[in-house]
This record gives sequence, structure tokens and C-alpha cells, in this order.
Amino acid sequence: MRHIRTLVTASAMLLASVSAYAQTTVTIGTVNNSDMVVMKELSKKFEESHPNIKLNWVVLEENVLRQRLTTDIATKSGQFDVMTIGLYEAPMWGKLGWLAPFENPPDSYRIDDVLKSVRDGLAVDGKQYALPFYAESQMTFYRKDLFDAAGLTMPEEPKWTDIERFAEKLNNPNKGIYGICLRGKPGWGENVGQITPAANGFGARWFDMDWKPQLTSPEWKAALTTYTGLLKKYGPPGAASNGFNENLALFASGNCAMWIDATVAASFLADQNQSTVIGKVGYAMSPYGTSKTGYHYLWAWALGVPVSSKSKAAAQEFIYWATSPEYIKLVASTRGWAAVPPGTRTSTYASKEYLDAAPFAKMTLKSIESTDLRNPTKDKVPYYGIGFVGIPEFQSLGTTAGQEFTAVLTGEKTVDQALGNVQKFTERTMKEAGYIK
Amino acid sequence: MRKSLAVRIANFVIGWSAAIVFFFPIFWMALTAFKTEPAAIATPPKLLFSPTMINMRAVLDSADYLHFFQNSLIISCAATLLAIILGTPAAYAMAFFPGGRTKDVLVWMLSTKMMPAVGVLVPIYLIFRDAGLLDTHVGLIAIYTLMNLPIVVWLIYTFFKDIPKDLIEAARMDGARPLSQFFFLLLPLTAPGFASTGLLSVIFIWNEAFWSINLTVTNATPLTAFIASFSSPQGLFWAKLSAASLLAIAPIMLLGWLTQKQLVRGLTFGAVK
Repeated sequence: MRHIRTLVTASAMLLASVSAYAQTTVTIGTVNNSDMVVMKELSKKFEESHPNIKLNWVVLEENVLRQRLTTDIATKSGQFDVMTIGLYEAPMWGKLGWLAPFENPPDSYRIDDVLKSVRDGLAVDGKQYALPFYAESQMTFYRKDLFDAAGLTMPEEPKWTDIERFAEKLNNPNKGIYGICLRGKPGWGENVGQITPAANGFGARWFDMDWKPQLTSPEWKAALTTYTGLLKKYGPPGAASNGFNENLALFASGNCAMWIDATVAASFLADQNQSTVIGKVGYAMSPYGTSKTGYHYLWAWALGVPVSSKSKAAAQEFIYWATSPEYIKLVASTRGWAAVPPGTRTSTYASKEYLDAAPFAKMTLKSIESTDLRNPTKDKVPYYGIGFVGIPEFQSLGTTAGQEFTAVLTGEKTVDQALGNVQKFTERTMKEAGYIK
Repeated sequence: MRKSLAVRIANFVIGWSAAIVFFFPIFWMALTAFKTEPAAIATPPKLLFSPTMINMRAVLDSADYLHFFQNSLIISCAATLLAIILGTPAAYAMAFFPGGRTKDVLVWMLSTKMMPAVGVLVPIYLIFRDAGLLDTHVGLIAIYTLMNLPIVVWLIYTFFKDIPKDLIEAARMDGARPLSQFFFLLLPLTAPGFASTGLLSVIFIWNEAFWSINLTVTNATPLTAFIASFSSPQGLFWAKLSAASLLAIAPIMLLGWLTQKQLVRGLTFGAVK
């Protein structure tokens, strides 16, 4: 009897050791930004607590990653198990049935704690196709010291006319200070992502309810004239090639009096290794023109699982961990509260430690919470997206629009010419794609 | 005829200007690799600064450099060897037994290089997926062999063309068979050409990014994928990207420097002169 018991125990131990070695590999495709780098480093904790799951990381530049993931998911190749996607892709790919829905999140995940605007942006017909890792909106950064010296006060919700007035007063190129920094670099994720919310703030929209392009409307003209006019008059030299990183470098070096861009910039401007303006930065909402609908964008980097993945359960297990309240606490305890991924959970913004460490937190939350991805403009539209239009054709439309908008900045084209060209190109594209006849 | 002083000065100035223009980006990248991130994007650019190893450390800590290096080495050497093995008989036949359409075939082979790679990405990707070649060394070696074959054939063809046909005839009269002609006559005479062809092929493959990024994930990723992982959409990254680039190109620059004599000799040996 004893021998039998020993044999059974030994067999059980052998089986246990075999299953312990039967590791599931999860391949994660992601971008190289600071929050993702922290996630990659802390994922060792996940592997320790889940010895049956091994994580493989593929880190790529944003545009390369987007192309790589699109090829993989469209051809159902199953090379990636976790994909880092944004608010642009998640609803589209979810609707196409390319992403596996998150059907039963564990109670400890507290899905209701995820900010509603972000959660809704990643869902289609009530099904959650991706979970947010971090989210951002837009806001106005300004130099409090320069405003004080000039006797100016930034309202919490400025208008574009306020911004122009301040830029004129503070512009001092002889001292290396420019009134305003904005993105001029062409690209659907660069200047178009900034100019589209600005246009929404003037009551403009890309399409009417019949998908007819509206780029030559007076509202678009007012928005583009304001944006490019400000940059031409009070912007830094070479603004036509400035994107997020270039403007971050300019503002962090003390060369911009104001900068309107992603809320996530606030944490870089508070980082001693990157910024010379720590303690001098004020935060306000993004400016608006004549409408307060969709005048600042919403963007989130989220994690989703393609249906072609062979390790769906393990991939979703990892995503629940990486977007959980426990992960946020882990980042806070190892990297400090200022380093936690912003814009995803109500509980983060209820934490006193976070509010103390991140003076920009309230403004970030206000910006994110006041967005509605599915109602982005004053008049009704058939699309979702504030800084983009959620249709596959938008990458091409946005690329062309970006080039035309930059041509206005460089003086090669007038506002009317640029908008006319974008209108024509958009009409042709939408006809070819069958949206309009 | 002696060149006039003015011509010699002009040659000197043009030569050095061209060298500086080509070398300056590499020099600047090497400098940037040892700057802090804020110093890397400072305006005006900083020539004098306190060098730091922080970027090198960060780059080496966050990715397994040796894994990428090993993949680059295996893939570039194997694909080059295969391209030379496949390309040499073709070049031999075209150089010594040309037909009426040999020139057309050569131009057609070269014209395949003119097609933008992205145009065939989806079909190649699907073939690789179905053949189980995605993220494998064999897959990348196959694609790079095919990619470099036209250049290898062209280069070896031009080296063979420079060999007087009488020499081959004489060897044949002495009873040498084609393999003996190749190994004992052609190979010693065109060795510098083969060396430079091999080196050029290795350099092309080492620097190729499009296919390596699109067809690999983790197992077969070469150094180009290593560099691509350090570009960031948000935040400062130039110093780290420069450090990664310097680490990636260092082996190939060293190889080029060590073999520069053979490279120049080979390139001036054939019709590329």
C-alpha cells in the first residue's frame, strides 16, 4: 500500500512539474513611450506570480507598430497575442470581429472604475474590445512666471481670442521666447489631430450626416485661419516641422509662453531630467472658438487581443493585470505616484497621494471627462472620434490634410486653397470608397 | 600630364567636402549617443558637453543586444553565401556563354530591385504565414538571398567579363573542366571581386529594415528591429536612439574599416570603377 501511495505521489509531482514547464508564451506588440517602458519593466512581477506565462516584448515606433499590427490582424497571422491599439483602431477592429471581447472581467478588476468616456470609446454594442492602459486629452500649458510679469491672467477655459491676445503680449523672439507653440508637422496624428478639435471648437465637422465633406465651410476656414495665423505671427521659427517632441523640447527649455497639446506632456514638464520650467507651468483647458463641443480630443492607448491569438486566455489575464488598480498601486510604490499611467481610473484621481504628486491631475481629469467620442461636433455626424474620423479611409485623408495645412504655414498655399484641395481629395476618396455617389 | 594646382585644390576641396557630408551624420550620431536627452536636442546644438554612458546602459539594460546581433550575423552571412552560390553559375554562364538576350535578362534581373518592397508586402506575408516562415531565420535568409541576387549576379558578371576569354580557352585546351577552370583559374583571379561582392551584400542585409521589421517578431529579429524599438512618439529619445544606432552599426563599420583595401580593390576591379 505504501508503495502505491509513493508511486501516486511521485506521479503527481512529475505531472505538476511537467505542467509547470508547459509555459504559454504571450507576445506583446507595443510602443516605446515612458508608461509602456515602465510596464515592460514591472511585468517581471506578473511573470513571477504567473509562472505558466512567459512574456515576449516587441517594441516599435508608433507608425511602424500600427502598420505591423494591421498587417498581422488583417491576415489573421497570430504573431501577436496582445496589441497596443488606440481609440481609432479598437472600435473599427472590434466591429470587424478581429478582436476578442473581454466578456467576464474579474470582480477585483472593477471595470466601473475605468473612466466612462474612455471605456465607451473602446467598446462596440456593449462589448469591451480593449482595456485602457493610459488616456489623454488636450490642455493649455502656460508659463505662470511670464503671465505674472506681464500682468496677465489665464482663464480656466480660455477662448482662442484670449490665446491670441496673450501670445501677442508675450511673444519676445529677441529673448528666445515665442508666444505660442503648436504642432505644425504634417500627419494625421500630428497637426491634423490638433487642428480637427480646434475646428470642432469653431462648429466645424469633417462630414455631414450623408458623408458629404464639409471642409470648405466658414467654420473650417475660421479655425485654420486662427491656428495657422497664430503660429505664423507668434510661433517659433520652423514651426511647420514641429510635432509633440519638438514642442516639448521647446517648452521644457523655456522657449514657449504657451503650448496647447496632449495632457500627458504635464508629467514630462515636471520631470527634472527633461525640464527647466518645473514649478513655472500653469494648466488650463484647451481653447475654444464658438462651440464647446469636441474642442479637445480624447486618446487612449489600450491593450486588446486579436482573435487569431493562440493564447487568448493568457493574453487577457496579462491585460487585466496591466490595467488593474493593483498595477497602478505597484507603479506608485516602485516609481512614485507621478509615474502612474494617467487618465484611466476614477480611483487614481481620488487618491490624495496622486493629486499631491501631480498638480495637473484635476485639469487632465476635467479634460478627459468632458469629451464624448461619439458626439464630437456641434452638429450631428455619422462618425466617432474627436481628433480623427473613425473610418479606415481617414489615415489617407488625414495625411493629405496634414500636408495641405502645413503648406499654409510655410506660405505655399492660402487657407482657401488648402481647404479646397482637402475637400476635393476627400470627395474623391469617399466616392471611391462608396460612401457617396 | 601634370594637373594644374587649381585642379588639384578643387579635387581636394570637393573630395573632402563630400567625405565630410557623408561622415557628418555618423559623427553627430556618435556624439549624441554620449549626451543627456536634453543636451541631445539643445538649441543651439552642443559640441562641448560632459559625456555620459547613461544611454548605453539604458539601451543595453532594456534589450538583449547579443540576441539581435547574433541574428544579424547569422542572417547576413548565410544569405550572402547563398546568394553567391546561386549567383555565380548564372554570372559564369552569362559572361562566358552569352546568348542573344543575355543583356536583357541582366537588365530584367536588376529591374526587380526597382519595385517598392511595400508593394509585395501582403503577398509575401501571406506566403510566409502559410509556409510557417514568419519570424524564422530561414524566412529572412530566403528573402535577403532573393533580394541581393540581382546585385550579386551583376557584380560577379562584371568581374568575369574582365577576364580575357583566351585564358579560359587556354585552360580548356589544357583539359581543365568547368569546375577546375572556376576553382583554379577564375576564383584566384577574381577573389577581390568576390570579397567585395560578399562585403557589399553583408552591408546591404545588415542595414535592411523593411523586411526584417515586417517579417519578424522576436525569434529572428536583427539589429534594425533593435534600433526601431528606441524611437518614441512621446518624450525625448534622440540620445538613446543614437546609442542604439551606434551599437548596431559598430560591427559593420569595423568590418568595413578592416576590409577597406579589399573593398576598394574589388570595386575598382570590375565595371563598377
